[in-house]
Amino acid sequence: MSARAASLRLWQQRLFSTPAQTAITLAIAVCVVWLLTPFTRWALVNATWSGETRADCVPGGACWVFIRARFGQFMYGFYPVAERWRPNLFGLVSLAAIAPLFVLTGRARLRLGIAALLVLPPLGVWLIGGGYGLAAVETRAWGGLMLTLFIAIYAGLIAVPLGILLALGRQSRLPLIRTLSVVFIEFWRGVPIIAVIFLASLLLPLVMPAGVGVDRLARAVIGLGLVIAAYMAEAVRGGLQALPKGQAEAASALGLGYWQTTGLITLPQALRISLPAMTNEFIALVKNTTLVLVVSILDLLGIAQSSLADPAWVGMNIEAYLFAGTIYWLICFALSRWSRSLEAGGPKGH
Amino acid sequence: MRDFVNKNGEDVTMTKTNLTAVIAATAMLAGGAAVAQTLVPSPTLDAIRARGNLECGVHVGVPGFSFPNDKGEWSGLDVDYCRALAAAVLGDAGKVKFTPTTVQQRWPVLQSGQVDLLSRNTTITFSRNATLGVNFQGINFYEGQTFIVRKASKATAAKDLDGASVCVAAGSTEEKNAADWFRERNLKVTITNFQKNDDAIAAYDAGRCDAYTAGVGALAGQRAKLKTPDDHIIMAEPISNDPQGPVTRYGDERWQAVVRWVLNGMIAAENLGVTSKNVDDMRANSKNAEVRRLLGAEGNFGQMLGLSNDWMYNAIKAVGNYGESFDRTVGKDSSLKLERGQNALWTKGGLLFTPPFQ
Repeated sequence: MSARAASLRLWQQRLFSTPAQTAITLAIAVCVVWLLTPFTRWALVNATWSGETRADCVPGGACWVFIRARFGQFMYGFYPVAERWRPNLFGLVSLAAIAPLFVLTGRARLRLGIAALLVLPPLGVWLIGGGYGLAAVETRAWGGLMLTLFIAIYAGLIAVPLGILLALGRQSRLPLIRTLSVVFIEFWRGVPIIAVIFLASLLLPLVMPAGVGVDRLARAVIGLGLVIAAYMAEAVRGGLQALPKGQAEAASALGLGYWQTTGLITLPQALRISLPAMTNEFIALVKNTTLVLVVSILDLLGIAQSSLADPAWVGMNIEAYLFAGTIYWLICFALSRWSRSLEAGGPKGH
Repeated sequence: MRDFVNKNGEDVTMTKTNLTAVIAATAMLAGGAAVAQTLVPSPTLDAIRARGNLECGVHVGVPGFSFPNDKGEWSGLDVDYCRALAAAVLGDAGKVKFTPTTVQQRWPVLQSGQVDLLSRNTTITFSRNATLGVNFQGINFYEGQTFIVRKASKATAAKDLDGASVCVAAGSTEEKNAADWFRERNLKVTITNFQKNDDAIAAYDAGRCDAYTAGVGALAGQRAKLKTPDDHIIMAEPISNDPQGPVTRYGDERWQAVVRWVLNGMIAAENLGVTSKNVDDMRANSKNAEVRRLLGAEGNFGQMLGLSNDWMYNAIKAVGNYGESFDRTVGKDSSLKLERGQNALWTKGGLLFTPPFQ
C-alpha cells in the first residue's frame, strides 16, 4: 500500500468511520463553506485592490485601497517618511544579530546572546528616537506596528529578567527578599494593566514637580513591564518548583554555591520547563500593548482607529480591524511556533 | 492652580491681576506706546515662545473634527483652530504639536500642563467649569442631538416625526433624551432599541425605522457611511444643547484672552468677509474700521494681548475664517457635507456670534 493511500485511509477512518461521525463531518463542512463563502466573496472576489480614493472602491466588497493608502501609517505611525530607514535598519540589525543564535551552540551562543542583550536595546532607542547625530523624533510621532513591537519588546526586556529575579527571590531563604518579592508580585498581579497604564500616564505628571517629565511612552512601557514581570515570575516559579529537589542537592554536594547552582543547574532547567508559560505571558503582553490606547499612544490598533475618523475613508471599520487583527495574529502565531521549536530541541530529562 | 484664595478668603491672584489691569488701562490712556511694558504676565505665552511651538490637545479621532489624514497630519475643525492659534501667537501655523487625547485623559493632560489648551469636542457645562479648574473660551461648534431622516419623508424638524419610528442604541443618553422630548410634546413616536449604535444605524439604513438620532457631528460622520448619503437629511434644529469649544486651565488670564479672541477673530473675519484669499487685499485696501483693526492695519490690537499686530492676519492667511475652515473640514467641501445649521453666523440664521473688535 502506498503512503498516499495509507494517509487517505487514515483520514477516512478519522472522519467517516461511523454514520454519526460522517454526519458530524458533513455538518461542519457545510458550516465552514456557509461561513467562508460570503467572507471570501467580500474579502477577495468583490474586493477593490487598486486605486487612490474611497470612490474607487466597489460597494459589497472590501476596500483594500484604504490599507494601501494608509500602509505607511499602519507600520510607522507619524514617523517622518525620510527617517523610516532608521527603524528598518534597527529591525535588520536585530535580525542579523539574533539569527546566529539559532545556529551557534555553547559558549559562543551565550556570548553573542549577552552581547545582543547589552547592545541592541540602547541601539534601538538611539536609532528610533534620535539624538547624538541623528535627527530627534519625538515619541508622539512613533506609531503603528513599529510602536507595538517596540512596546512589546522593551516591556519584555524589563519583564523577563525582573521576573526571573522575582521568582528566585520568592524561593529565597532570606525572609526580607522573600517578603519583598511576594509583595511586589502580588501587588502588580492584582492591579489591572489598564489602571497601571492610566496611572503611570496621567497621575504621575500631576504629582511630579513641573519640568520633571518622563516620556509618556516610557511610562507606559515601564508600567506594562512591571505587571508582566509579576506574571513572568510566577511562570518561572512553576518551572523551579517542578524541578526535583535532587538537582539542587546534587549541585551542593558537588560544592557549588547558590549562584553557581542557580545559574548552571536549576535555572536553565526551570526556564526550559516554564518556556511555554513564559511564551504565553509574552503573547499576552503583545496583545496587552493595545491597552496603551487609553492614553492615546497610537500603536497599530490605535492608528487604525484614528484613521477611521478620516472623512475621506469613512466606513472602513472592517478593513482596518481585519488588517490589524491579522497582523496581531501573525505575530502571536509566529511566537508560539518559535517557542514550540525551542521546546522540541535540546535535552528534556533532568 | 495654587493659592487662589488666602486665609481671609480674598482672591489674591485676582487682586494682583486687577491691579495690573488698572495700571495697564492707565497706561493706555496715557498713550499706546507704554502698553508693551505693562502687560499682565502670561507664563503660558512665555512657555510657548520659549519652546517654539503650541501644544494642543485634540481628540484621538472624530470624523471632520480631529483625525490624521493620509499624509499623517492632524486635520479637522478643532485642529484648524489650533493651527490658527499657532499662527496668531508664533506667526506660523505649522508651529503646533498635537497630543491626541481620550475622554478619560483630557482633563489630567490639561490640568498637568502637558498641553496649552484642549480643542476637542468637549461640551461646555456648568459643573466642568466650576469643579475641574478649567475655563471654556467660546463656542466653535454648536453640537446637539438631532435626527437623520430620508429626504423623501419631507420631515424637517423633530416635531414632524409624529407617528414615525426611531432607531436608537438601548440605554444610551440619546434614547432617554428622545423619549423624554417626544413624551413632553405628546408625540407618538416608536422608539426601536438596538444593542449598539452601529446596529441602530444599520437598521435605519435598511429601512426598519424612519429616523436615527445622535449628535449633529456624529450624524455627519454616520451619514457618509450610508448606502446613498445624498438621500438623507440631518435636521438642523437639535433637541439638546451641547455647545463645544476650546478649553484652558484656570489662571493666566491673558492667555485665556488670546485663546478666546483668536476664535472670535475667525468668526468676525467670516462676518466681515475676510478670507484667506482676500486677506492681503483687505488689509491694504479695506475701508471698514473693524476689518482694519482685526488685520492690524489700524490700531495695535495684537500688541494689547502681547502678540504682534498681524496676529489675526497670520491666522486667517494660514487657516481661513471660521466658515472656510468649517466648509473644508465638515461642511460642503468635505465628504461629510454637514449643513451650517446652528453653526451659521448670527446674521445668517445661526447662533455663531462674536463681540466686536473695538
